[in-house]
Amino acid sequence: MTYPELVICEYCDSVWCRSELGDHEIARCGRCRAVLYRASRADIDQLLALTLAAAIVFVIANASPVIRIAVSGMHNEANLLQSIAALSHGSGLIVGLVAAATLFVVPLLQIVLLGWVLVFARARRRAPGFAFAMRWLHRIRPWSMTEVFLLGVLVAIVKLSGMLSVIAGPGAWATAILTVLITLIAQHDVRTLWEPLSARVAVELRE
Amino acid sequence: MTAAPRARELGLTGCHTCGLACAAEHARCPRCDSRLHARKPDSLARCWAFLIAALIFYIPSNVLPVMYTSMLGRGEASTILHGVVEFWKAGSWDIALLIFIASVAVPSTKFLVLAALLVSARRRSAWARLQRSRLYRFVELIGYWSMLDVVVVALVCALIQFHLLGTAEPRLGIVFFGLVVVLTMLAAMSFDPRLIWDGDEE
Repeated sequence: MTYPELVICEYCDSVWCRSELGDHEIARCGRCRAVLYRASRADIDQLLALTLAAAIVFVIANASPVIRIAVSGMHNEANLLQSIAALSHGSGLIVGLVAAATLFVVPLLQIVLLGWVLVFARARRRAPGFAFAMRWLHRIRPWSMTEVFLLGVLVAIVKLSGMLSVIAGPGAWATAILTVLITLIAQHDVRTLWEPLSARVAVELRE
Repeated sequence: MTAAPRARELGLTGCHTCGLACAAEHARCPRCDSRLHARKPDSLARCWAFLIAALIFYIPSNVLPVMYTSMLGRGEASTILHGVVEFWKAGSWDIALLIFIASVAVPSTKFLVLAALLVSARRRSAWARLQRSRLYRFVELIGYWSMLDVVVVALVCALIQFHLLGTAEPRLGIVFFGLVVVLTMLAAMSFDPRLIWDGDEE
């Protein structure tokens, strides 16, 4: 037996009945004040547009240099993957792998899995491997650290600007845009995609 | 206070992955096939294990240098705190503060908060439940910002590659530091915040 009309707080195990929320309203737990759910249902068209934009920006952010430096006639530049490689020498391999996972692999997987689920949802179909994709989207979410990379780029620019001439490369701007897109995507309650397709259609018809 | 019933009393379990309310007899969520747990298994023991491992690694991550830079033949190995002090001396107190918060304040806060939550949950303490619950969510939120130093070291080492003029290499300290961040995140994830409220019904 399952009870889709109930919601259980993840943080304190309290049971509440779901109710319709007005625009931008947030349902909070009456016991521990944690967020239970939000009014912003996953708008598939909007979410897919954001995900595709994120995919394009992700490629630019990783293919182009994030920082360029110049000193006495010599210059150098580095992108995300080169930075991870620089970290991975010898004993640094473990931390290099952590950086590769959190800054590259996890954000890439998030974009690919979400895009996969949404393309099918838009055609009112359940994607092959839907449950697998949704489970992994949930599991890897805490390990996505694009916004930390952005802050790291800013700190590195300040750190190096004391002794060299430093400019932010196109990769830095792309990372900034990617951070904004990821934040916008995170505002949608992706979990509502779990609702049966029939229920979604009913909601759309009512609207 | 209007006390809502708790899922375990009603014979229900909330799915961690998809959020569905399931009858407690299910071993796996009927909707998403994730394993269901009334409480995370061995939550306190696992959290302590990750936390103690993180605390042990935290020592070398602060004592050992995280980066070695050589400029015009003059080499220098710097630790995390050394980096903070340098920023401070150079006049960029804001960046110094930022790195201090991300690399020192955040991990220390996580150690103290998680240890306090573990002890109080163990004793089924009724003290400040709401605040402890909020504290847990705060720790979850701030945890990954400690990766900042790892990112900075990676970028600087990738950029400063001018052979004789200057080079920068990562050192062992940053490896330990990266592991501390991962271990404290695992510790926070293995703690079950529902334990804070267990005993509330009595």
